[in-house]
Amino acid sequence: MSDTFLKRNPSVLIFLAVLALFVLGVTLLAEGAGAGVISTSFVKTLGKTLCLALIAVAMDLVWGYTGILSLGHFAFFGLGGYMIGMWLMYARTQAIVVSSLAEAPIPATESEIVDAIGNQIFGVVGSREFPLIWMFADSLVLQLVLVVAVPGILALVFGWLAFRSRVTGVYLSILTQAMTLGLALYLFQNDSGLRGNNGLSGLQNLPGLDHVPQATMSIWFFWASAAALALGYLFAAWIVSGKFGSVLRGIRDNEARVRFLGYSVEGYKLFIFTVTAIIAGIAGALYYPQAGIINPAEIAPVASIYLAVWVAIGGRGRLYGAVIGAVFVSLVSSWFTGGQAPDLDLGFYTLKWVDWWLIVLGLSFVLVTLFAPRGIGGLVDLWSERRQPDRHGADLGPGAGALREKEASK
Amino acid sequence: MRISLLAGLMVLLTSLAALAQQASAQTAVDDPAPMQSLLQEQSAVILKSSRKTIAPAIAAIAGSELPQAQAVLQAWQAKALWMRKSDGLFFRGEKLESKSYRLFDFDSGAVIGEFPKSDLKQIKPNSGIRAMIATALVQFQLSDPDPARRHEALLAIERAPAAALLAPLRASIETEPDAGIKARKTRIAQLLTIAHDADEARRVETINAMSGDLGLDVRATLNPLVATQLQAFGGAVPEALNIAREVMPGDDALSRDAAYGLLVGAKLAPPLISKDEIRTTLAGHIEGGKVGGVPIAQLNTDEARARAYAALVAAERAPAQITEAEVTQSLNDHIFAEVYQEPSQAITTAAEAALTSIDTQVAIGQTVDLTLDALSLASIYFLAAIGLAITFGVMGVINMAHGEFIMMGAYTGYVVQQVIPNHTVSILVAVPLAFAVTFAAGVAMERLVIRWLYNRPLETLLATFGISIALQQLAKNIFGTQARPLTAPGWLDGAWIINDVVSISYIRIAIFMLALIFLGVFLFIMRRTRLGLETRAVTQNRAMAGSMGINPERVNMLTFGLGSGIAGIAGVAIGLFAKVTSELGSDYIVQSFMTVVVGGVGNIWGTLAGATMIGFFQKGVEWLNPSNTLAAQTYMILFIIVFIQFRPRGIIALKGRAAGD
Amino acid sequence: MINLKSTLAATAAVAALSTAASAEDCSIKVGVLHSLSGTMAISETTLKDTMLMLIDQQNAAGGVMGCELEAVVVDPASDWPLFAEKARELLTVHDVDVIFGNWTSVSRKSVLPVIEELNGLLFYPVQYEGEESSKNVFYTGAAPNQQAIPATDYFLEELGVEKFALLGTDYVYPRTTNNILESYLQSKGIAGEDIFVNYTPFGHSDWSKIVADVVALAADGKKVGVISTINGDANIGFYKELAAAGISADDIPVVAFSVGEEELSGLDTSNLVGHLAAWNYFQSAESDANTAFIDAWKTTMGDERVTNDPMEAHYIGFNMWVNAVEAAKTADVDAVRTAMYGQEFPNLTGGTAVMLPNHHLAKPVLIGEIQEDGQFDIISQTTEVPGDAWTDFLPASAVLMSDWKDIGCGMYNTETKSCVQLNSNY
Repeated sequence: MSDTFLKRNPSVLIFLAVLALFVLGVTLLAEGAGAGVISTSFVKTLGKTLCLALIAVAMDLVWGYTGILSLGHFAFFGLGGYMIGMWLMYARTQAIVVSSLAEAPIPATESEIVDAIGNQIFGVVGSREFPLIWMFADSLVLQLVLVVAVPGILALVFGWLAFRSRVTGVYLSILTQAMTLGLALYLFQNDSGLRGNNGLSGLQNLPGLDHVPQATMSIWFFWASAAALALGYLFAAWIVSGKFGSVLRGIRDNEARVRFLGYSVEGYKLFIFTVTAIIAGIAGALYYPQAGIINPAEIAPVASIYLAVWVAIGGRGRLYGAVIGAVFVSLVSSWFTGGQAPDLDLGFYTLKWVDWWLIVLGLSFVLVTLFAPRGIGGLVDLWSERRQPDRHGADLGPGAGALREKEASK
Repeated sequence: MRISLLAGLMVLLTSLAALAQQASAQTAVDDPAPMQSLLQEQSAVILKSSRKTIAPAIAAIAGSELPQAQAVLQAWQAKALWMRKSDGLFFRGEKLESKSYRLFDFDSGAVIGEFPKSDLKQIKPNSGIRAMIATALVQFQLSDPDPARRHEALLAIERAPAAALLAPLRASIETEPDAGIKARKTRIAQLLTIAHDADEARRVETINAMSGDLGLDVRATLNPLVATQLQAFGGAVPEALNIAREVMPGDDALSRDAAYGLLVGAKLAPPLISKDEIRTTLAGHIEGGKVGGVPIAQLNTDEARARAYAALVAAERAPAQITEAEVTQSLNDHIFAEVYQEPSQAITTAAEAALTSIDTQVAIGQTVDLTLDALSLASIYFLAAIGLAITFGVMGVINMAHGEFIMMGAYTGYVVQQVIPNHTVSILVAVPLAFAVTFAAGVAMERLVIRWLYNRPLETLLATFGISIALQQLAKNIFGTQARPLTAPGWLDGAWIINDVVSISYIRIAIFMLALIFLGVFLFIMRRTRLGLETRAVTQNRAMAGSMGINPERVNMLTFGLGSGIAGIAGVAIGLFAKVTSELGSDYIVQSFMTVVVGGVGNIWGTLAGATMIGFFQKGVEWLNPSNTLAAQTYMILFIIVFIQFRPRGIIALKGRAAGD
Repeated sequence: MINLKSTLAATAAVAALSTAASAEDCSIKVGVLHSLSGTMAISETTLKDTMLMLIDQQNAAGGVMGCELEAVVVDPASDWPLFAEKARELLTVHDVDVIFGNWTSVSRKSVLPVIEELNGLLFYPVQYEGEESSKNVFYTGAAPNQQAIPATDYFLEELGVEKFALLGTDYVYPRTTNNILESYLQSKGIAGEDIFVNYTPFGHSDWSKIVADVVALAADGKKVGVISTINGDANIGFYKELAAAGISADDIPVVAFSVGEEELSGLDTSNLVGHLAAWNYFQSAESDANTAFIDAWKTTMGDERVTNDPMEAHYIGFNMWVNAVEAAKTADVDAVRTAMYGQEFPNLTGGTAVMLPNHHLAKPVLIGEIQEDGQFDIISQTTEVPGDAWTDFLPASAVLMSDWKDIGCGMYNTETKSCVQLNSNY
């Protein structure tokens, strides 16, 4: 099975090889494990970028292959981050509190320890009590389960409600956007129990591993992110390669026909929506310990739209396109907005990239949509001289309602 | 606090008389500058300028019976009192050009000279002191020939209704020439009567007379009369007290813990021993690694600690814990009652009755006010969404840059205001100009981008999002990130105040009217004009419309331009009411889409219904949970998501062929 | 705006060039970590410009220990995780000796673990909620007892306010400040039901209901005062609604902790005259140092620009750091930190700021009334108030104190006589 699978998808092997080379290179050059050419902060950036590539793969599954433009996948990403963040904060604070209380003349009771942890974590936002949602925070295993379960269940419930009532196309996009906005606004409230606007911070310090320098830690997380990306990519490639993938593409191109053929369209959509939400949650759980802090601003609707932007620029409907898009756009973005890009002197006006990058990004996005719907991945086609099959009357692009060739010629 | 404030006023007013005599005794010495010497005497407190210590100085000046007293107090109140640093003398100062001041002597009124600011010290009374000066000025101003001064005097009484002001106020009513001021004086005199008159019957009578008056001032007068204090009594309640009601511990009004706390506070019962105190006591009695026979290491449970503590109690080394039975016993032994601070029962009964009738009206008023707020919010949502109702609702084009068109309109208003300083004219110019600018932008966008993407809605969404972030950043580059002022013309300042409960600002009324006008314009264009007919035709069946001689390209372009232009005008209105920033549009975009989707795509009445529903829902949640406005927005979105499940096509769904898919 | 920005960029570039030329063997690097884009750029860009101006002035005056200072400016783009990343970059890639930066509390909490891990030095210039004392941070802005508590005292004593509306944006600074104030007010005998608390989202614009609620508070005859911790843009809508409702400062005074000269420049203040703000600095403060500072600022940035409190905080912080480096004869973080304690520098309002062992400043508290021209009329000025890291008005933190000089602990429990933790709580 896997033999034929890999044979049928040579791009998967190429991708894995490139990824492996990349990981090896970064590891050898990094401050933590080798030469120190790459700074720790850049290793963290690269590790985070791999996580973004993973969620981009998920986005490509749900949008590029199934045609559901979800503008809410960053909500799942953020939820994954919150779930792991709760344990990280709890366990780190617990260590501090226990050692501090040990110096008291009378040993502390369980409830005193919990109260003290609550006071440390929530004192900053003016509260002391542990909200109910923190009930599993003391257990790493349970929180890891929640990393998968919470985004999964939310996606399952939301998807079931939405697909059941046949909300499709832009309506679904807007509805998913409403979901992520609603979640962000909810988390912004202090009463949500996740520290409101402040969010969870200090996540880069793993409890019990205080002696490990961040340089080493960053490499560990980089490896973990790369492994997750590799597994996620394999899984996604496996899903889309078989019959299942054909049905997904069928739903994308003409949902009604697939339904008339007797497939349970809603079931397929719900499955892919939930699975990608889980992948997003895992990506988030790896991302935020590297970022160090998670707060509701991370899951603002605009983040999810950027996710769509990456996938579109990289090239929809091909997994490596999503990875290329996420890596390319997020790295280039941070290069331009970080002030490293040299200013462009136009003679009459000096173009400062910090100010102008977003405009360039926005416009390039319009151009990609208009003139290169296949994105950067389309370059691979040029290079491999792959031609679009001459399917008369076929859709011109992925996505429901794409113009047919004949219509477009008018 | 209130008592101390009033007490301060009383001291001020009663000391007036005493100091007046003292001061007049001084004037008898024939001081050439009596006011200056008076000010010098009070120099220390005047310079200290604190409300807590200033009373004697104000009293001395007000009670000096000098003709210049009023002028001094008024100058002081207006921050025009200056001290010359060289000799510490006080003068009235008038600002000249370039940081110098002309000083006037208070006694002679003569010009002393011109001094640079560095030689002088300005006496700046804070608003607490200014209020006290205003109260002291009342006696001079109540019958002042200038009506503005009389207004000020009445305002001062309203802000600090002291008993001593009642008599002079009553005396001044007779001679008041202005009918409006007379009515106000009468009303304030009534309020003062309720609060301070010595004659109980007269107070009750006035209370009854004012019953049903919605005014905030009436409630502010009546409520202190019915203020109660919860007290615990060991035996029978003393007859002399004016009891509001008795309460039982464990009722909703008084929990058992609170009741026991009250007893402890009144030293009628011993305090409970908290867990923290137990721990501290235990820590204080560690002997050889044990407390009360329990090894320290085991003291990490509450049971072990209780055991150790019991051992300490048994050895009489710690106070015994209070048992639940003892608490119950103490509570049963006492009577808890809410006691009126006002001793007279007749007055409290009358005040309670009056307040009950007022409260009903206040509740009605608040409902009306909330409805107005909700309508106003709905009209803002409608205004933000109406352009979208055209481009998205009618044409089916998802325009994520719609919010940026709103922003462009608002910035157009700002730029116009920079060029035309007159606010009324500038708004009149800004509205058509904003329409023109965003119309042009809309047409350009339709020609360049959107027309290539008809039938590819998801890609339209992404492309227009690209335009949206580009436009937003462009606005930042041009106008900066700081919010820009867009000021409403003077005649839109203020609010339409129906009574003290119901009021709505004129700017909100204007936005409401604008929303209605837009609704009318939209209906007119869609139903009565050629463009509307063609738009509907193209929307329903593009090919058929084309074969009937309609140019679909042109119609699409104009319709899109129209929707964008309306967004521009909405931007001017929203900018007037809130703020002009580059993020103005993105604040409204998701809500606007919600409004259109909830209402039902393709129908303007649907958009109206959607906006109304969202506005009322949000205000409703705010009313239920007034301390957290953020929650209202979260619940609103949750509500919309659920609502869409049940009516996926919105409140007013198109039926039949027009619905399309 | 564009012109202004490009001239700025030009001066910054010139400064960078000139330092690069002359300071080859002894370069002291100053990191500037303020958002230049995103939502916080409004406030923080001003602080970046302030830092560049101060560094220029210092270099013109001969630098520090004969070395020229080199500014390293990065843009964390109002993105809180990016603050941590940029701080790490400043400390490891650029090897800066000190960082001046941050505005929001959440960005500071994001940077704290990095600064503490890498033993950096941060000067934080904004008023904040307290409840923190890091070994590696000097807090040059106001702690609650240097702004909120004196302002509340002013309400209680000078204005006779008996009923309080605490309005804030829903984030950590208003939450903690309001918590402290609630407990402080209750200790002053204000009943719990006389304190109305409301939180609104960032950028809130629909204020009619809340303003109506505040007006209705006066129904029981007590004088109402509003303590506002409303942040940023939301203030515009709030003050507009306040003006529309015709609420005079004599009836319901509003004191704001986050509204300064910069924020008022986006508002028509004619309807707001008499409302209050509490800060440690106002542009209208009269002193020679202030006049010189304002002149230098307007010369660099343009005549219409105003100065504000966080700018003064940077001014004091930067000059203290310069003096500490000269005293320690090295820019090494540990040596400079030791030299910082007890540093004195004249502040712009006429007094002297002192750096305390708890990493906070002793500064005067000023209360100003808004005037028609958008400036503040200072009507109350206290003597220097020492900043308190842990408030005395919350039970959990009343027992805590911070003393890095002698005890060497930022979170010292005076009851158990032990150090709760050496790192700060983030």
